[in-house]
Amino acid sequence: MNNLIKLGTGGAHLVADDPWNWVREPLEPLPDGPLLLPLALWRQRQSEDVLAGRADSRDGLWLAPDDEPEELAPWLAGLPLIALEFPSFRDGRAYSQAYLLRTRLGWQGELRSVGDVLRDQLSHMRQCGFDAFAVREDKSAADALKGLQGISVLYGRSVLEPRPLFRRRIGADEEEC
Amino acid sequence: MYQYDEYDHALVLERVAQFRDQIERRLNGELSEEEFLPLRLQNGLYLQKHAYMLRVAIPYGTLSSVQMRTLAHIARHYDRDYGHFTTRQNIQFNWIELEQVGDILERLAEVEMHAIQTSGNCVRNITTEAFAGVAADELLDPRPLAEILRQWSTVNPEFLYLPRKFKIAICSAEQDRAAIMMHDIGLYLYRDAAGELLLRVMVGGGLGRTPILGQQVREALPWRHLLSYIEAILRVFNRHGRRDNKYKARIKILVKALGVEAFAREVEEEWQHIKDGPAELTEAEYRRVAAFFAPPAYEALSDTDLDYGSALAGDAEFARWAAHNLQAHKVPGYAAVVLSTKPGPAMPPGDVTAAQMEGIAELAERYGFGEIRIAHEQNLVLPDVRKADLHAVWQRARELGLATPNIGLLTDIIACPGGDYCSLANAKSIPIAQAIQARFEDLDHLHDLGELSLNISGCMNACAHHHIGNIGILGVDKNGSEWYQVTIGGAQGKASALGKVIGPAFGAEQIPEVIERLVDTFLAYREGDEPFVDTVQRIGLEPFKERVYRQQEASA
Ligand code: HEM
Ligand code: SF4
Repeated sequence: MNNLIKLGTGGAHLVADDPWNWVREPLEPLPDGPLLLPLALWRQRQSEDVLAGRADSRDGLWLAPDDEPEELAPWLAGLPLIALEFPSFRDGRAYSQAYLLRTRLGWQGELRSVGDVLRDQLSHMRQCGFDAFAVREDKSAADALKGLQGISVLYGRSVLEPRPLFRRRIGADEEEC
Repeated sequence: MYQYDEYDHALVLERVAQFRDQIERRLNGELSEEEFLPLRLQNGLYLQKHAYMLRVAIPYGTLSSVQMRTLAHIARHYDRDYGHFTTRQNIQFNWIELEQVGDILERLAEVEMHAIQTSGNCVRNITTEAFAGVAADELLDPRPLAEILRQWSTVNPEFLYLPRKFKIAICSAEQDRAAIMMHDIGLYLYRDAAGELLLRVMVGGGLGRTPILGQQVREALPWRHLLSYIEAILRVFNRHGRRDNKYKARIKILVKALGVEAFAREVEEEWQHIKDGPAELTEAEYRRVAAFFAPPAYEALSDTDLDYGSALAGDAEFARWAAHNLQAHKVPGYAAVVLSTKPGPAMPPGDVTAAQMEGIAELAERYGFGEIRIAHEQNLVLPDVRKADLHAVWQRARELGLATPNIGLLTDIIACPGGDYCSLANAKSIPIAQAIQARFEDLDHLHDLGELSLNISGCMNACAHHHIGNIGILGVDKNGSEWYQVTIGGAQGKASALGKVIGPAFGAEQIPEVIERLVDTFLAYREGDEPFVDTVQRIGLEPFKERVYRQQEASA
């Protein structure tokens, strides 16, 4: 995948040589290189050891918006990559999926947004725990980078900042237990 | 009133800058209209028939005189000298140019106002009743929790692209004047015997194409769990609400599809994961916010004021106004004044001119604590007037054209902008309202009719809540011409009910006559002083239908 932004220790950067191939439909034959597969196909291709959580998978997993993140629990330790799709930038299901993967299921690896990924939603994605953004092909990733920061104040909470502002406001912790 | 600190200021200013940049990118073609649309909606900007419309939030309907003057300034300099107060405690400016939106929002930010999330598929302006904090029948002031919710829902990244818009209302009085049953979430705040603050949570109300009243999903929720519980509801909705059909995307459809028990179970299960986490509200935060809503410095007055009493006795017109346009106050010697924005044909319901806004701002400062409220019936409220000042307030309100003594009466019509402005309309609303108001101009007759609510929506989106009007009028399209369907028996508040259609639709010119016949039927069957809606409930639709349509045929 090209046109990719990744968050790293040194901040956000553009990636021009990403090896992953997003396979949306079961293709014959499958392309070479690392594959990002839909849940059903991913399952089909895994060994028993991977499915039993005893071995790592080589294939990344693409979760469609109506897939349940909870189903991934047994394999999370062995997955190289999870991608969540925005079929349209107006479809916000992946924000909740990201929240669940990061906060409830403890996913620490790369969480990539794919699909209709645009500059003006990147900051929300980042707040919900995405750390890689495959910007829509016809848009400039360099331009989209400007959307990552968003607004500096977060009233509520998010994956990045689990404490709502009322616990962070100056003086708010004075009498907290 | 709530006052911004550095966080609130920073958020609103950064948001203005962000939206300015987005407008610029739209104007130079970097953003397509399709990409821009949700961004502008989340900043309150609609495209109407003739121009852009900007919807500005008046959180839970509380406004200062300073803010009101800023609204007047915007009306005067960026619009055609007026604004339209809506049923959701917002104000809409109808003639806005895209290039000026950044400047307008900056002006608003200076007085701690914004248009964030007044539209779009996100949590909208949190509403409550106009008399919050002052009503005699109030248990608790709902505004601290409303403000806490406002903050929590503003730019909450997980919930900005919900399946559909999401409206939350909260109330805490004997009478529900916030229409909480008609909201995606309706909250009722109360105390138990031990004095603990609790919430009753209703979900899935809404009018529109599929009118449904909210159903209870939770009783006795301790207030500290307000945010986590709403987060659970929103997460369930965000994941499972329908996105394939815009007309089936509201949470009411999900609640209906699952059944309220199954829906409540899903929410409860989600909530178990988050309920004792950092989203749990703290006593300190409640106290911080509640301090802003502490009662102002009321004087210790006797509840009966001699001057007021003699003015009532000596001035029949004033007495008539006082009988209809006042609301009982918690504090002895004070009253809340309702300023009617429904003078009749002269002005469309909810429209207020810049000069009127300035006049209201001054009244609030001179005879109150500089505070103004917006009622969901589209009227304005001066919440804290000393009884001794009522006569002076009335005189000034009369000069301003805001003293029509018709609150709660037939001509206190709730109407949407309809076909004159709105591109979704099937039919016009404003001329219908004006024709009815002209027919019922005789105040004595009007007062004899007693309480009677009349709501007019220009299409089934139901922006004027026509389903819950005692008389509801809905614009429908028949082969490209404008027709009106009439319902009766709707009601709001705790006894909420949806009106029933009386029969085939009417042409615009027939409507005043139809209303008159409905009213005549009511008068013929009325027992004692009972209000219109009780008569409808008692005798049913038939007598009304019969009278309206029989004479209809006779005259045809
Ligand atoms: C003129 C521009 C307006 C447009 C384009 C517009 C559009 C809409 C639409 C499409 C809906 C239905 C949404 C749904 O059911 O999912 C709706 C509902 C609503 N609108 Fe408007 N509206 C406008 C003005 C207003 C005004 C002026 C008011 C207040 C007087 C208002 C108050 C409401 C309310 C309260 C609802 C919710 C009804 C419910 O519970 O379903 N709107 N609007
Ligand atoms: S009810 Fe229909 S016509 Fe009236 S404002 Fe709403 S969308 Fe427009």
